[in-house]
Amino acid sequence: METLQSVLAEVGSWAIPAAIVIIAGIGALRGVKVYEVFVEGAKEGFNVGVRIIPYLVAILVAIGMFRASGALEGLVALLEPVLNTVGFPGEALPMALIRPLSGSGALGVMSELIETHGADSFIGRLASTMMGSTETTFYVLAVYLGSIGVRRSRHTLAACLIADAAGLVAAFVVVSLVFGE
Amino acid sequence: MNIVWLALILVAIVIAAATGQMQETTNAAIESAKTAVELAIGLIGVMALWLGLMRIAEKAGLIQLLARLLRPALRIVFPEVPARHPAIGSMLANIAANMLGLGNSATALGLRAMQDLQQLNKEKSSASNTMATFLAINTSSVTIIPATVIAIRASAGSNNPAEIIGPVIVATAVSTTVGIVASRLLQKKAPPQRPGGDDPDSPGDRARGDS
Repeated sequence: METLQSVLAEVGSWAIPAAIVIIAGIGALRGVKVYEVFVEGAKEGFNVGVRIIPYLVAILVAIGMFRASGALEGLVALLEPVLNTVGFPGEALPMALIRPLSGSGALGVMSELIETHGADSFIGRLASTMMGSTETTFYVLAVYLGSIGVRRSRHTLAACLIADAAGLVAAFVVVSLVFGE
Repeated sequence: MNIVWLALILVAIVIAAATGQMQETTNAAIESAKTAVELAIGLIGVMALWLGLMRIAEKAGLIQLLARLLRPALRIVFPEVPARHPAIGSMLANIAANMLGLGNSATALGLRAMQDLQQLNKEKSSASNTMATFLAINTSSVTIIPATVIAIRASAGSNNPAEIIGPVIVATAVSTTVGIVASRLLQKKAPPQRPGGDDPDSPGDRARGDS
């Protein structure tokens, strides 16, 4: 396990430098004026950063207010009895609900669950799998669509949330099958 | 998005009033607005780095090469992107970076992919079908190695911190597949242009005007 982890860490630390060297190297071989072209492309970075600000403010403020109001706790209380009937632990429910809204929030909930129940408990494993297999959907949509000025997301949010729900259910089913209850 | 945004805010206000958390909710609103700007500004450096590199890769023909090699597989997932279009290359770069868990670099590459997709988009202020599918793949997380999760499990004294890699990959595969299928099934129900839309001037001009 130690070796696997160090191999993974090694791959992670090599990926970006390798990509930079390969791109710049091949570019130079093909006669691209690498420095000039790099600067020309990089110029846009600032515009993109500034362009996403209004979209990010809109979505993060709404999510921040939602979390601070205690609405999440209310939702948990509402859904818990239903999910208990299929054996889904109520403790892991805040994790499932917060995951699409806030990455740091979900990470906090996961750490807390692991601390109270243990990393190798059913809840600990479930929370870890949920964290690893889903994304901060609202943030990604706001940033990606905002960066190109798209305001009508059409069916994008619905498709992404359906995928999130499927991922969370799959996490529960797989963890139940692999580690048992 | 309009409904969801309004719902989040209205529910927050009603619940905050009921639970007496109005001050906390106020603070959260102000604090989140600040965080949003910090996040966006923080992205600029990485964004510039990858946009610069991607421009070199494009000029060197690397992106087009990648697109040509993987075109057959991607024709099924993104049928509306023409062969050899740079969007294929940049979407692949984003997905690869996501698989490796490269965080902000993946975001930068993803935003570059969105720019490429926007070129193909006929209705500039609406998301295209390809964008919806691409985002469904992105938000379903394509991570192979959830490095942060493994690190937290290790520091919490897990006997086998990486044991969740298998379940994560299975759950991710399920959510990605469902995301692709869902985006395809839903696209017909959400046409790009709202019939009798609420803004009289052309959406393209508006998008440029106020963004």
